[in-house]
Amino acid sequence: MTAFSLINIVLLAILVATAVTITRLRALYEAAMLAALFSLVTACLFVLLDALDVAFTEAAVGVGISTVLILGVLALTRSREAVTQRRRRLPGVAAVLLVGGTLGYASLDLPAFGAADSPVHSHPLTEVYLHQSQEAVGIPNTVTSVLASYRGLDTLGELVVVFTAGLAVVSLLGPLRRRRPTRPERPRPIADFDLADYRVIRVVSGGLLPFVLLFALYVLFHGEYGPGGGFQAGVIFASGFVLYGLVFGLDRAQRVVPHAALWSLVTLGLLVYIGLGMATMLLGGSFLDYDVLAPGNPATGQHLGILVVETAIGITVASVMTTIFFSFAGRGVSR
Amino acid sequence: MIASHYVYWTFFALMLIGLYVVISHGNLLKKLIGLTLFQVGVFLFYIGLGKRDGGSAPIISDGVEVYSHPLPQVLILTAIVVGVATLAVGLALAVRIFEAYGTVEEDEVVERDRADLATGHDGHQAAGRDSGGS
Repeated sequence: MTAFSLINIVLLAILVATAVTITRLRALYEAAMLAALFSLVTACLFVLLDALDVAFTEAAVGVGISTVLILGVLALTRSREAVTQRRRRLPGVAAVLLVGGTLGYASLDLPAFGAADSPVHSHPLTEVYLHQSQEAVGIPNTVTSVLASYRGLDTLGELVVVFTAGLAVVSLLGPLRRRRPTRPERPRPIADFDLADYRVIRVVSGGLLPFVLLFALYVLFHGEYGPGGGFQAGVIFASGFVLYGLVFGLDRAQRVVPHAALWSLVTLGLLVYIGLGMATMLLGGSFLDYDVLAPGNPATGQHLGILVVETAIGITVASVMTTIFFSFAGRGVSR
Repeated sequence: MIASHYVYWTFFALMLIGLYVVISHGNLLKKLIGLTLFQVGVFLFYIGLGKRDGGSAPIISDGVEVYSHPLPQVLILTAIVVGVATLAVGLALAVRIFEAYGTVEEDEVVERDRADLATGHDGHQAAGRDSGGS
């Protein structure tokens, strides 16, 4: 217990120090790198708080994808922040005092951290998710069974939000397909240095890529038994592609995954998810009720349904993240 | 009190640091980074509520009796992926604002808008459309 508190305090201290430094830095490249460190420490803290699935996702998203996106946008815009004017500070301080006071006052009613008798743990739903799910769904990782089975409709909603955000980025940054006529006129200037020219980077990232993708597949299909699932696998898959695109250039990355394929994959995942819901309705169950998939053997039906749903989530998340990366990178090349 | 609640208070501190950056800093990219800090504070608070002393990750196995709660983890897991997708939308907006105004500082953008309103023509909007189309 003391070791737990000690690690906890150290990690929290690092987090707060990093956050304060981020606010004070005017050089935004440095702030972006510190934000990546912030995410990494947060992922460690999630492991400490028993949230392995969340730690996975935070590590892949916070350290990988969002850092690359922020750095890409800094390259497109300006990387130095103007001095914060004195008159701007007051509203911020006022809001912080107000919200902080409210949160602090409300926190007095919170149960002690980690208490076994807190409302979260004494709610009847806890029993359903942790113990009854073993008979009803029959997979050890309760995070997966809650995500894909008990709250399947909720997860579908989240997936639609990810899908919509992908569409919004593409509509803001223009179509992925570059216009043909500009191409022969303006051949891409050969940069003074290319990451792929460095043998170490080329060999290491080339050798690493298959393992990243293999790991993503492992995370996807092992999600029922260990930490993992569609969201985690999707972001790990996408960070593999992002790595490839960063090192070997946008053109080669887009030859590996053409636009048409990417676009079909974005919608395919969502259609499979909704299609499965429709199928369960046609089989006589309710929307996303996997029991009817294998009549007489609900556990098999649940396994099948969860596997299909997780795969659908993985496909859509991976392709939306890759599409977003290509949109930002394409904007940089075309300017 | 302090021994059991310091974790929550640190999470609140992270949220408040993020909130301050969002409100007080004028740079749009810095605002988005601040929003991420705020978001992480909320994530940690949620996960913290589901934690149980001496608990284990909610993956049922033999010989383990005490588990943390899976539901907050499910909610936050999806929220992280949704968070990066919405961050991308914000960044895309920042890129478009930079292309239209030549700056990502909120004050300068507002100033340009005011100046254009006073002179009665919307020059930057036309410029924005041009650069947006190219």
